[in-house]
Amino acid sequence: MVGWIILGVLAAMVIWMIAIFNSLVSLKNQTLNGWKQIDVQLKRRHDLIPNLVETVKGVMSFEQNTLTQVIEARNRAISAQGVADKAAQENMLSGALRQLFALVENYPNLKSNENVSKLQEELSSTENRIGFARQFYNDIATKFNIAQQTFPTNMVAGMLGFQAAELFEIKDAAEKEVPKVDLNLK
Amino acid sequence: MNIYERQAHNRRWTWLIIFAFVSFFLFIGLGFDYYYGVRLEMPIFTVVALIFGLAMAYSGYLWGDKLVLASTHAQELDLNDPKQKQWQNVVEEVSIAAGIPLPKIYIIEDPDPNAFATGRSPETASIAVTRGLLDALNRDELQAVAAHEMSHVKNFDIRLMLMIAVLVGSIALLADWTRRSLFYGNRRSSRRSEGGGGYVALVILAIWLITVILAPILSQLMAMCVSRKREYLADASGAELTRNPLALASALEKISSHEGPTRSINQGTAHLCICDPKGTALGMKEGGMANLFATHPPIDKRIEALRQMAYIK
Repeated sequence: MVGWIILGVLAAMVIWMIAIFNSLVSLKNQTLNGWKQIDVQLKRRHDLIPNLVETVKGVMSFEQNTLTQVIEARNRAISAQGVADKAAQENMLSGALRQLFALVENYPNLKSNENVSKLQEELSSTENRIGFARQFYNDIATKFNIAQQTFPTNMVAGMLGFQAAELFEIKDAAEKEVPKVDLNLK
Repeated sequence: MNIYERQAHNRRWTWLIIFAFVSFFLFIGLGFDYYYGVRLEMPIFTVVALIFGLAMAYSGYLWGDKLVLASTHAQELDLNDPKQKQWQNVVEEVSIAAGIPLPKIYIIEDPDPNAFATGRSPETASIAVTRGLLDALNRDELQAVAAHEMSHVKNFDIRLMLMIAVLVGSIALLADWTRRSLFYGNRRSSRRSEGGGGYVALVILAIWLITVILAPILSQLMAMCVSRKREYLADASGAELTRNPLALASALEKISSHEGPTRSINQGTAHLCICDPKGTALGMKEGGMANLFATHPPIDKRIEALRQMAYIK
C-alpha cells in the first residue's frame, strides 16, 4: 500500500517536471526567436550605413573624422559577439549616427537632398525597429527568467541546467536621460 | 484581462454574433412560411433563409475584409512617395513591437484624416489610412495610430468588428426586403385568422413584425456599443506598444480638429475606424443619446485618458 502511494507521488512528480520542462523550453525558444528579430534589424542598419556614408561623403568631406567613426563603430558592431558586447557596440553606433545626423543639420543642401532624407527615414525607422525588437526580446526574456527563478519552477530549472537569458540593455548615456516633460500642456 | 483572455473573449463574441445572425435569418424564414403559407409541404422560406444566412456569415468571414477595403477604395502603397514609405515603415515598426506578422497596408485618397484595420486574424489583417491622416500627422503620431490599429488586430477585435459589419449590413438589407414584401405580398393571414387560434397567430405575427422592424436599429446599437468599449482598450494597449501615449493624444487632437466627414467610409464600417467618420457632430458631446448612437467614445475623454497615462493632468 505504502509502496503504491510512493509510486503515485513519484509518477505525479515526473509528470509535473515534464510539464515545467516543456514550458521552459517553449519560453527559451521564444527568447531565441526574439533575439533573432533584433539581429535582423541590426543587420538592416549595418547594410544601410555604407549607403549613407557614400551619399554624404562628397559634401561632408571635411567631417571625415565623424564619418570614420561611424564606419568603425559599424565594423565593431558587426564583429561583436554575445548579448552584452553586442548591446554595447550597437549603442556606440547609435551615438555615432546621432552625431552624424546632428552635423547634417548644418548642411542645407544635404538636408534638402532627396536621397539623404530617404536614408534618414530608413535609418530612423531602423532605430525604432531595433528599439521595438529589443523591447519585445526583453519582455520575453524577463518572462523566461522569472519562470526560472520563481518557486517551484526554479528547482526544476536548476536541475535541468537552464540559464537566465541576458537582457539587451541600454548603456548609452544619452538614451538613459530622463525625458523632458512639458507641464504647460492643457 | 491579459491579451490571451482578450483574444478568447473576442473569439467567443464572434461566435455569439454569428449564432445570433443565423438565428435571425431562421426567424425571418419561419415567419414567412407561417405568414405566406406556400402550399408546399416543405418550409421552403425557412430553408432558404437558413442557407442564405449561413452563406452570408461564411462569405463575410472569408471575404468581408476585401469588401470593406474595396468599398473604401483602398489602394496599395506607392513606395516612391516619401510619406507613404514612412507609413509603411511605422507599420512595420509597430508590428515588430506587437510581435505579429506585418499586415497588408493600404491608402485611401480622402482628405479627411482617419484609419482602420480589418481582417479575420493577425495573419490576414489589413491596415488602411486616408491621405488626410498621412498629411496631418508627424512620424510619432502616425506610429501611435498604427499602434492603436495594431492592438485591434492583435486582440482579434478586427474579426468581431468585421462580423458585426457583415451582420449590420445584411440585416438592414433583409429587413428592408421583408418590409417591402409584407406590403405588396400576397398573404394568407386573413384566411388563417378566420379559422381558430386567431389571437395566438396575431400575437406571433406582431412579435415577428416588431423584430423585423427593430432589428436594423438594434444591430446598429450593438455595433456601436461593442465598438465604443474597445476603443479605450486599443488606445491603452497601443500606447503600451509605443510607450508614448502623448503621441496618440496629439494625433487624436489633430484628427478631431478636422470637422468634415470621411466620405469614402460609409456608415456600415464606421465602427472600424480610429475616429468616427461622421465628423465631430457626436464625437465631442456626451450624454444619453450621444452615448447611445456614437461608435466611438468622446474624443476628449480618450485624450484625457491618454494624458493620464503620461502623468499629465
